[in-house]
Amino acid sequence: MRPSFLTLLLALAAGLVSVSARADDSLYRALGEKTGIQVLMQDFVKRVNTDTRTAPFFKGIKQPRLVDLLTQQVCKESGGPCVYEGDSMALVHKGLEISHSDFNAVVEVLQRSMDARSVPFAAQNALLARLAPMHRDIVTR
Amino acid sequence: MTRFPLLQLLLPLLAAASLPAQAASGKLLLTGGVSSIDGAAGGGLTPWAVTGSYATQGEWGATAHATGVKTRDYGFSTYGALVSWNDRIELSLARQDLDTHDNLAPLGLPGLHLKQDIIGAKLRLLGDAVLDSDSWVPQVALGVEAKRTDAGALAPTLYGALGAKKSGTDVYLSATKLFLAQGILVNGTLRLTQANQNGLLGFGGAQSQGAHVQPEISVAWLLHRTLAVGAEWRAKPDNLNNGVLGAGALKEDDWFDVFAAWAPSKHVSVTAAWVDLGRIAPAVQPRRQTGAYVSVQLAF
Repeated sequence: MRPSFLTLLLALAAGLVSVSARADDSLYRALGEKTGIQVLMQDFVKRVNTDTRTAPFFKGIKQPRLVDLLTQQVCKESGGPCVYEGDSMALVHKGLEISHSDFNAVVEVLQRSMDARSVPFAAQNALLARLAPMHRDIVTR
Repeated sequence: MTRFPLLQLLLPLLAAASLPAQAASGKLLLTGGVSSIDGAAGGGLTPWAVTGSYATQGEWGATAHATGVKTRDYGFSTYGALVSWNDRIELSLARQDLDTHDNLAPLGLPGLHLKQDIIGAKLRLLGDAVLDSDSWVPQVALGVEAKRTDAGALAPTLYGALGAKKSGTDVYLSATKLFLAQGILVNGTLRLTQANQNGLLGFGGAQSQGAHVQPEISVAWLLHRTLAVGAEWRAKPDNLNNGVLGAGALKEDDWFDVFAAWAPSKHVSVTAAWVDLGRIAPAVQPRRQTGAYVSVQLAF
C-alpha cells in the first residue's frame, strides 16, 4: 500500500464533492453569456445540418427557431438567467430512433463548435456534463 | 505457439471485426480506454469497466495492441487484440514475454523467457461511465482472465518444489466513473487472483494456495480531448515469498505507474508510462524494477 497515493485519492474525492456542490453562473460567463451562447448555437446548428451523421435528424427544422431554443436551454443549463420555452427533450426527440452513436456524434459536433469559438476545455466539459444526462430522454434506439 | 494457437484465434477475430464497412466510431475519443497488458480495455496495468474499441450500442469493434516495457534489469513485451459488441461484451487475447536476460544465471538459467497467454472476457453489468454525469453510479463490469504460463527451464522448480500451478483464472469487478465536468476518470478494480507476478511465475505456491482479493486503482485527468495523464496502483499477492528458495527470495511488490495516453484519432492511440514493478526475484536481482512503458493501439 502507498499511503501517499490513497491520501491523494481521498483529497481528490473531497475536491469533487465540493466542486459539484457549488452552483453558480461561472459556466454561463465562460460561454460568453447570452450573446456568446447565441453565436455558439448558430455555429452548432449550421454544423449539425452539414455533418452527414447528424443532418438527417435536423431535416425540416426551422434553423432560427432551433438556435433560439438551444440558446435558451444552454443559457439555463449553464446557470444563466434564461427560461427554456421549448418542449421536453423526450417529446422533441420522440420517434427519431436516435442511437447512442448518433447522440455522441452530436456531442462531437458541439465540441467542434466550442473549439471554433475558443471555449476553454474545462468549460466545454462543464457544459457537456450538464447536457450528457439528457441521453436518457433522447436516445431511444 | 504449439499448445496455445493464439494467432490462429486472433486472425479470424480481426477478420470478423473488419467486416463492417467502416471502423466503429460511436464512442467519444479515449472513452474505450487503452489496452492493458493482460489484453482487456482499461489503463495500462489494470482493466477498467469500459468496453474496448469505439463500438457502442449495436456496433462491433476491435483493437489490436503491442506494448513494450524496459525496466532496469528486465524486458517485457506483450501483444494482443480484443473485440467488443454493443458496449456490453468484450473478448480479449494477449501473449506476454518477460525476458529475464542474465538475471537468473545464478540459478543456471541465463536468458530465460517467462511467457504467458491470456484469454479474457468482460461483461458490462450496469451504468454509463461517461454520459451519466449527474449521478455517482459508476459503470460496472465483471471480467475473467484465464492465464497459462510457459516457464521454460524454470518449470521443474516452479511447478515442483515451489508448488505453483501452470494455469490460473483471475476474476475481477471494475467500477469506472468519468467526472465529466472535472475531466477526471477514476477506476477501482477488485481482482480475485492466485497469480505470481501476474502469472508469469505461475499461480499460488506450496505455502499459499488460496486466491486473494487485490485492489487496483487508476486515476486519469483529461488535459485535452486527445490527451489524458494519470497514475495507477495495483496490489499483488505474495504467494512465493516463503518458498523453498528461502524467505524473501521471490518476494513480490505492488505495481505503480504514471502515464500519458494520446489519441490523435479514433484509429490509433499511444500510451507512454513510467512504471515501478517492484522487485522481481530479489534473491538474484534485488533492485526495484523501474523503467519505461510504451504501448500502441490500433482500433477498427
